[in-house]
Amino acid sequence: MSVIIHKDTKIIIQGFTGKMGTFHAEEMIKYGSNVVGGVTPGKGGQKHLDRPVFDTVKDAVKNTGATASILFVPPAFAADSAMEAADAGIKTCVAIVDGIPSHDMIKIKRYMRRYSRTEKMTLVGPNCAGIISPGKSMLGIMPGHIYKEGRVGIISRSGTLGYEAAQQLKNLNIGISTSVGIGGDPINGSSFRDIIEKFETDDETDVILMIGEIGGPQEVAAGEFAKENMKKPVIGYIAGLTAPKGRVMGHAGAIVSAYGESAIEKVEILKQCGVTISKNPSVMGDTVKSVLEKI
Amino acid sequence: MDIHEYQAKEILASFGVTIPRGGIVYSPETAENKAREIGGSKWVVKAQIHSGARGKAGGVIVCNSPLEVAQATDKLLGKKLVTNQTGPQGKIVNRIYIEEATDIEKELYLGLVFDRSSESIMIVASTEGGMSVEEIAKEKPDSIIRSKIEVAVGIQDFQARELAFGLGIEPELVRRVSETIIGCAKAFSELDATMVEVNPLVISKQKQILALDCKMSFDNNAMFRRDKVSELRDKTQEDEKEVYASDRGLNYVSLDGNIGNIINGAGLAMASMDMIKLAGGEPANFLDVGGGATPEKIVKAFRLITMDKKVKVILVNIFAGINRCDWVAEGIVQALEKIEIKVPLVIRLAGTNVEKGNKILKESKLNYIEASTLEEAANKAVAALK
Repeated sequence: MSVIIHKDTKIIIQGFTGKMGTFHAEEMIKYGSNVVGGVTPGKGGQKHLDRPVFDTVKDAVKNTGATASILFVPPAFAADSAMEAADAGIKTCVAIVDGIPSHDMIKIKRYMRRYSRTEKMTLVGPNCAGIISPGKSMLGIMPGHIYKEGRVGIISRSGTLGYEAAQQLKNLNIGISTSVGIGGDPINGSSFRDIIEKFETDDETDVILMIGEIGGPQEVAAGEFAKENMKKPVIGYIAGLTAPKGRVMGHAGAIVSAYGESAIEKVEILKQCGVTISKNPSVMGDTVKSVLEKI
Repeated sequence: MDIHEYQAKEILASFGVTIPRGGIVYSPETAENKAREIGGSKWVVKAQIHSGARGKAGGVIVCNSPLEVAQATDKLLGKKLVTNQTGPQGKIVNRIYIEEATDIEKELYLGLVFDRSSESIMIVASTEGGMSVEEIAKEKPDSIIRSKIEVAVGIQDFQARELAFGLGIEPELVRRVSETIIGCAKAFSELDATMVEVNPLVISKQKQILALDCKMSFDNNAMFRRDKVSELRDKTQEDEKEVYASDRGLNYVSLDGNIGNIINGAGLAMASMDMIKLAGGEPANFLDVGGGATPEKIVKAFRLITMDKKVKVILVNIFAGINRCDWVAEGIVQALEKIEIKVPLVIRLAGTNVEKGNKILKESKLNYIEASTLEEAANKAVAALK
């Protein structure tokens, strides 16, 4: 079974009846995701896209048995929605929204400490493209058709750079088991390390492509984890060779503020951890291919 | 978002941090009076720009009379100050802060930042104030002490006390130092700051604890709930093109090269810049028009890039997902009906409906160079420079 989501995973949309929620719910349904309803406070009891709308996530979970949710709520309310999902027993929550204040993200993560390891929700994002297990389910906003089914796991901060990788792999006739966008914010729900660990135990994944960028300690932490604990090969690319120090490059988290956070430094450290480096973004697919040929 | 020193001082003062007496002026005429109003016999005239290391750049002048204060103000106002943080173009001085001089006995360092490893607020303190935190970390790493704030309950008195004792503060001053630390921590948490730095925090000869220089930065994503803080934004301290971009919902960073970029998504934008560099070129900018790359954003992006006179080639790289390439191509064609481009244009489309998109571009009257991969796009852009 694929990591995080599978074919039958019951999904609800938080912010279901809004423009974004409606558009992406339709895309997910078209892809074959098992969308069982949604939440918009005050619109409980209505139907939307032929599916029930609930006032609270608890109601939605009770009536549909949903275990996954995706947030299409404005940044100001996103923290509240994520905590509501965690409290209602949702197991996987994807926050697409860009612009959640960092102080709110810290609060969400502290709030989730009240749950035991087995009860704790996996939060993915914010500011991300979501999760796709090709041919099974899509819990995100990516163009599903560029993802071919297969055995490469992808973790990417960036949405469009993740698409670029999926397309390169497809052109080489290589498929993907699951692709997870963890988002470009400084503090996010799941780190590279969190997801890489899931891929290591996933019997549908043979190799992992990790697409990182400048800023923060997460790529290095994942590399160190891989060195100590992983048998599956890891391929890495780090964007931002030309990024000047101290400037935010689009993603709130893409800023070099300390040693080990620039692209060159991250690449050096990852190499020492045994990660195969894709030397530039146009050979991510080729690099994965060469690693696959060796196993 | 960054603010000026004097604004940070006013904020911290409202959280119980003691600052030297001072006031802001915009002209030499008012400076003399302001010095008299502040009182004393020695003043410091400080250029207000969004940068550290102002002292070394000549932006801080010690004066011994109100007349000297006026002269120093006259000298600094309207000048572009170049520090090791501003870049060669410098930053304009439009505001002057005049402050009573302090008899310094000891300089300390106090800083608060988000620590991305522990996902908490980290307080960093050192006995070696006056140097930058990078210099302290390099030259006197043992002098640094740290404490993490648990955001659920905020800073605790014992943490502030531990830091104060850790800095070797004499017992009768520990309470004031603790209050200063707590004030900074509360300001950080309550105002959605991303950085608070008091450097130096001084002990004066009169045994006062004073924040002599302060810096604060804030989370742009939280400005929707921080009206008073967002009013402090000073656009004269930001790059003109970056202000134009941020007002129009574009993510833009001005760089030194000559290949202008229009790309969707921050990661793809950084990757495209990397490819330009590897192909032997230099990017003129980072520009992310957003994952969706709507026609409106593309028009704005072309306007912005054509404002930059150093751009000799424009590279457009769009990976269309749910927004299809044909739609993006129509956006590009529409944009270029409105805006004249005088430099070579390289366009690479990828993703959904790429053939349709390229067909639309070809059938338009657009004069451009087509590329199909990231690498080809970068190589063609660099080749077009010649």
